[in-house]
Amino acid sequence: MMIASVLELIFNGVAYGIVLFLIACGLSITMGLMGFTNLAHGSIVMFGGYLVVALMKGFGWPFLATIPAAFVVCALVGAGFERLLFRRLYSAGELNQVLLTIGLVFISVAIATYLWGAGQQPLQMPAYLNARLSLGLFEVSSYRLFLLLVGGAMTGLLALVFERSNLGAQVRAAVDNRQMAMSCGINVDRLFTLVFAVGCGIAGTGGALSVNLLGLDPSFPLRYLVFILIVVTVGGSGSIWGTLIAALLLGICDVFSKYYVPEAGAFTIFALAAVILFWHPQGLFGRAAT
Amino acid sequence: MTMVALRSLEPVRLLAERSRWRAAEFVFWSFVVASYFLFPGYLVLISQILIAGLFALSLDLLLGFGGMPSLGHAAFFGLGAYTAGLLGQMGWGEPISGLLLSGIVAGVFGLVCSLFLSRLRTTAFLMVTLTLGLLLREFANRWSGLTGGDDGLSDIALWPLFGVFRFGLSGHTAFWYGLCVTFIVFLLVRRLVHSPVGLALEAMRENERRAVALGISPRLMVIAIFTLSSAIAGLAGALLTQTTSFVALEVLSFERSAGVLIMLVLGGVGTLYGALVGAAVYLVARDVLSALDPVYWYFWLGLIIVMVVLFANDGLVGLSQRLQARAVRRWEAA
Amino acid sequence: MTDPVLFTQGLCKSFGALRVTNNLDLRIEAGARHALIGPNGAGKSTLVNLLTGVLKPSSGRVWLNGEDITRLPAAERVWKGLSRTFQVSTIFPRLTAFEAVVLAVCRRERLLRNPSRLLSGCKPQAEEAWDFLGRFGLTGVADRQMGELAYGQQRLTEIVLALAARPKVLLLDEPAAGVPAQDSEALFSAIENLPRDVAVLFIEHDMELVFRFAEKITVLVAGESFREGVPAEIASDPDVRRVYLGDEDDE
Ligand SMILES: Nc1ncnc2c1ncn2[C@@H]1O[C@H](COP(=O)(O)OP(=O)(O)OP(=O)(O)O)[C@@H](O)[C@H]1O
Ligand SMILES: [Mg+2]
Repeated sequence: MMIASVLELIFNGVAYGIVLFLIACGLSITMGLMGFTNLAHGSIVMFGGYLVVALMKGFGWPFLATIPAAFVVCALVGAGFERLLFRRLYSAGELNQVLLTIGLVFISVAIATYLWGAGQQPLQMPAYLNARLSLGLFEVSSYRLFLLLVGGAMTGLLALVFERSNLGAQVRAAVDNRQMAMSCGINVDRLFTLVFAVGCGIAGTGGALSVNLLGLDPSFPLRYLVFILIVVTVGGSGSIWGTLIAALLLGICDVFSKYYVPEAGAFTIFALAAVILFWHPQGLFGRAAT
Repeated sequence: MTMVALRSLEPVRLLAERSRWRAAEFVFWSFVVASYFLFPGYLVLISQILIAGLFALSLDLLLGFGGMPSLGHAAFFGLGAYTAGLLGQMGWGEPISGLLLSGIVAGVFGLVCSLFLSRLRTTAFLMVTLTLGLLLREFANRWSGLTGGDDGLSDIALWPLFGVFRFGLSGHTAFWYGLCVTFIVFLLVRRLVHSPVGLALEAMRENERRAVALGISPRLMVIAIFTLSSAIAGLAGALLTQTTSFVALEVLSFERSAGVLIMLVLGGVGTLYGALVGAAVYLVARDVLSALDPVYWYFWLGLIIVMVVLFANDGLVGLSQRLQARAVRRWEAA
Repeated sequence: MTDPVLFTQGLCKSFGALRVTNNLDLRIEAGARHALIGPNGAGKSTLVNLLTGVLKPSSGRVWLNGEDITRLPAAERVWKGLSRTFQVSTIFPRLTAFEAVVLAVCRRERLLRNPSRLLSGCKPQAEEAWDFLGRFGLTGVADRQMGELAYGQQRLTEIVLALAARPKVLLLDEPAAGVPAQDSEALFSAIENLPRDVAVLFIEHDMELVFRFAEKITVLVAGESFREGVPAEIASDPDVRRVYLGDEDDE
């Protein structure tokens, strides 16, 4: 019994962690590699969630079909913002980036409230995602298993693409020396837009997948901003693996602490993050500043 | 002969010019005092503005002069607010000693934090201050035995100021008390900014490598300025508690940390007056816009921030200085 | 032989696998006019950064005035009389040249420990700063922000900043780079005319300036001290010609 419940908690923590990874990895890349601190990243996640709600309720789309739609639309939105706004601020210092994107967060909160109301959005999941499955030793909800599988697949794909395409090295080269990168045949503008688009697409997908796990209301970007930033900074921004490990670590710790010490709330997570950051300010896998 | 005399006077004149009191400053403070008579129905709002302005001033010291952006400055504001609140609940209602003690508590906590923070810069600094703020808020939220949790602290007894002036609902005492504290702190900060230490602080902000090469220790500077800034934030928090007889958990919130940053940027970073102007504009706008609909307030707030970042990077004070300079040029040309 | 004011023992620095400073024993005597030359990438700037504490050595020690300063933070080395300039202009863009020099003087006089002192009360410091600027013909631009100055003026202001600390040892990393030719003459005479107890180590690529002003030359190649001697010895050394001066001729 004891073991079963621990296993189930670990399972839930991993599923939660994967979701955190999906919604945070785009920010980790833009922050760590491109030096752009985008606090509005959570707004894209929320947008992905609302898109699912709108498509399912308004147009009767099946849940599964909304997921790729969320990816595409959020990627386009991300690319649009990069082209129109963020591009001007790459060299404007992190304070301006932080402020501008906080402004966008507030605007997105207002718009979401206006369009969908202030309350939580209940979402009726298809029946097969409302079941409980037995995995031998313990039972899990099929929704979480689904999150885990889809999230895991996306993570694997992302890691593969990221390593194979040398994307990280290209972006870093473009940031360090734009001229040089361009003369090596890297289209820097397009590369940055692409990175933003993919990051936002994944974030939107994360938001779409997790409406029933994280909840969805207009204050979502503010509420989850913190978790996203903690995942990114604890993992060490710019490191995919670091972000993944931090997301899993925080996911598992959160699930355990909510189960065993519910009165502590989010305190456990913040304290864990603070300890890690005090001890290792660049994050677990971040590069030390030179 | 005259050449020699001119030459030796010039350096002293240049330094004096830097810290000279300008006419606009007298106008500004006269207006603040006059607002007591001009807007007698809004004394509570004006006190709030003074308090927020003081809080923004503490951030200006840190960000505008030290170049360190904090996303968790509400931690120190809230610490001051809770200290004052707890003192009141424990039966010590003497305002001035309570105020000073709250400032000291926030300052000591700031000192401890700065020992860690002094190693960090820019994004890492932002993130760690953010985490710190969240940690403290969650701590207060959970330790409700002490802090009242979500309900906050109420019924904070405050003795009359100097044993004479009662803190009533009308807000007369609160206004003058808030104004005096803000003005005194402002004078001290203004002095500091125009001292060699202030110059060193600006040098650090401008170019840390160069500052180090002059023998300025960044570590000591960060510790000193962060501690001072935290103490002033604590004073502002305590003022809020004392003038409202209430502490809400919101004093520690991220929204407050972000809000004070926005006020400062709106008013103009690194100008001292920007802190006060920004606070006034922000709070008045919030009052007007959220009276219409709280949702609109968030929308307009967001839009204003975006506009300020894109088009008026030096805030309202910078904008007015630019306009003034242009008017002078026009006038001279004519 | 007198005791050196600044010397290193087995100083090493590696960036990853790249060894930039290799087991260096450098001695700078009191009052020296010591030139450090070497091809690009020889590790000259790195050496200055190691001496001033901007970089931490991988191994080895640095001694200043008979004291081991290897672990001392950069700012505290300045307090002990070690000043430097940077190879590329490193300024305070939004401070005026005058403010910057006043700050350097105030720092030297320990006024940063006294926050109650107002700048307008720092008369002697202001006058001293003005004198320093005057020596390099900078009073005309003293109240301009450093970022607006011409590159040569920025470089000169940087020298003034280093001098204003009244150092015992002055490390100059290509001080004349970017300074107009007539100014660099004045610059080096000013450096040469510093009090004789100030030791100067300067990095310079212009061999004419080196041979005019140096009393001792160290040739650094690949992080190692390749040759050391008085200018005449170095000038006639065939190996030095080969590794370094030869390159100069080609340019
Ligand atoms: N922070 C660093 N990280 C990695 N390598 C570095 C770093 N700083 C310097 N180097 C390398 O160390 C070597 C020595 O550099 P250094 O700047 O000391 O040369 P230098 O002798 O001053 O050359 P120059 O005459 O061009 O100024 C170079 O190959 C340089 O690429
Ligand atoms: Mg060099």
